[in-house]
Amino acid sequence: MTDAPNTETLKYTRLYQRHVDLGARMVPFAGYAMPVQYDGVLGEHKWTRAECGLFDVSHMGQARLKGKDAIATLEALTPTDFKVLKAGRQKYSLLLNDNSGILDDLMVSRPETDGLFLVVNAGCKDQDFAYIGRNLKGDTSLEILSDRALLALQGPKAKEVMAKVIPAACEMYFMDCGTFTWQGHTVYVSRSGYTGEDGFEISVHENQVAELWDALLSDPVVKPIGLGARDSLRLEAGMPLYGHEMDTGYSLAEANLGFAMSKSRLEAGDILGFDRLKPELDGGLTRVRVALKGEAGPPAREGAKILTEAGEEIGYITSGGPSPSAGGLIALGYVPPAFSEVGTNLTWDVRGKAYPCTVVALPFVKNGYHRKKSA
Amino acid sequence: MRFTKDHEWVLVEGDTALVGISAYAADALGDVVFVELPEVGKTVNQGDSFAVVESVKAASDVYAPISGEVIAANDELSSSPEVINAAPEGTGWLAKIKLSDATQVEALMDRDAYEAFLSTL
Repeated sequence: MTDAPNTETLKYTRLYQRHVDLGARMVPFAGYAMPVQYDGVLGEHKWTRAECGLFDVSHMGQARLKGKDAIATLEALTPTDFKVLKAGRQKYSLLLNDNSGILDDLMVSRPETDGLFLVVNAGCKDQDFAYIGRNLKGDTSLEILSDRALLALQGPKAKEVMAKVIPAACEMYFMDCGTFTWQGHTVYVSRSGYTGEDGFEISVHENQVAELWDALLSDPVVKPIGLGARDSLRLEAGMPLYGHEMDTGYSLAEANLGFAMSKSRLEAGDILGFDRLKPELDGGLTRVRVALKGEAGPPAREGAKILTEAGEEIGYITSGGPSPSAGGLIALGYVPPAFSEVGTNLTWDVRGKAYPCTVVALPFVKNGYHRKKSA
Repeated sequence: MRFTKDHEWVLVEGDTALVGISAYAADALGDVVFVELPEVGKTVNQGDSFAVVESVKAASDVYAPISGEVIAANDELSSSPEVINAAPEGTGWLAKIKLSDATQVEALMDRDAYEAFLSTL
């Protein structure tokens, strides 16, 4: 079944016709017609964990910050030290408002020595770029790369696929990035992704994306994967999703994203909304993001209540579902810190009935990142 | 077999009927991972939510296509919810209902009418 979206305002990636021809079910997502599934979410999820999945994520926002004050510009809006970001490396960061609320999460990389390359969420990109644009410092320019598409190649066999298409990219390790040439065209590639697997994210000019998509998909270990499996894969990897685990109401302390904050920035205390953030980091939290696992019953989804074993309501689920790879049921949600310790037995409410669950450590499924082995 | 606009089906056998969701509905839902079956002995009214079918992404209510008493539920679906995808209009039935008003069935669409309805979606 192919439901062609009939909303005239929807935007389309250059791969729209490819998705339709592959039998995808297209849905509106962040203003774009996007494939939610091709053959089925479960099969696509498992294929990505065992083989290699190809995702069209061209709806995401890409931009470049250039100039000698580019780092100062971005540091003022994030809790991250980018002075230490070496060429060829990538960092996860958060765009913050004045109250240390999370406006978006983003990847920041230096594939070239000049400038920072940003990838932000599709649903936030217009406001993100407007916000950054209003706050440019001194010698900084923001170039929105609206003509670039983005593909993600993910899974344990991503490396062997990439070795045939952009072989030089296989020399990178997890969270490395670089500028490469493919068929004479410049591509920015990072060794990262949103599934917990080894893999690559490839920024390519939209005029070449269909050709690159075809080249990657021609490998029999590669299947196209929709947004449905993208969500279940990231959930198993314990990764937060903007609009679910994060929004402007949450701080990085509440969202348990302290790894996005650099120690030097914490020590300097020059993070937006530090008056709010500092006491929270010092133990003053009223809620914190946790991972929950249940064994049986219906999945607990966004909005479901989290209760104590005695039935007292203490929190809520922000994402949840079955875990195709780990089995059982998994969820992310918020509870007071007193209930956040790993091993705490709680319950979640689905349609008026409480089912047992336990606070667990993340990730739910072991990640497969290609890390540099320490000597 | 008769169908509703909400994509449930009814197959009458004497004064009882098997009910389930149509192949169209099962395909639209995608991989079913959990089914909440109605309790045996419960009386349902036509149009009530009487079961829940869940895919990886979402939970969908199933509405009773007819009124009556639930006299059996398809327990196989508790351990093998994927049967709904494999055979939605057969072994993937949800419940057996003792009809309280047989005239309700006649008002539902036959397969031709349902196919015609699907073509308008």
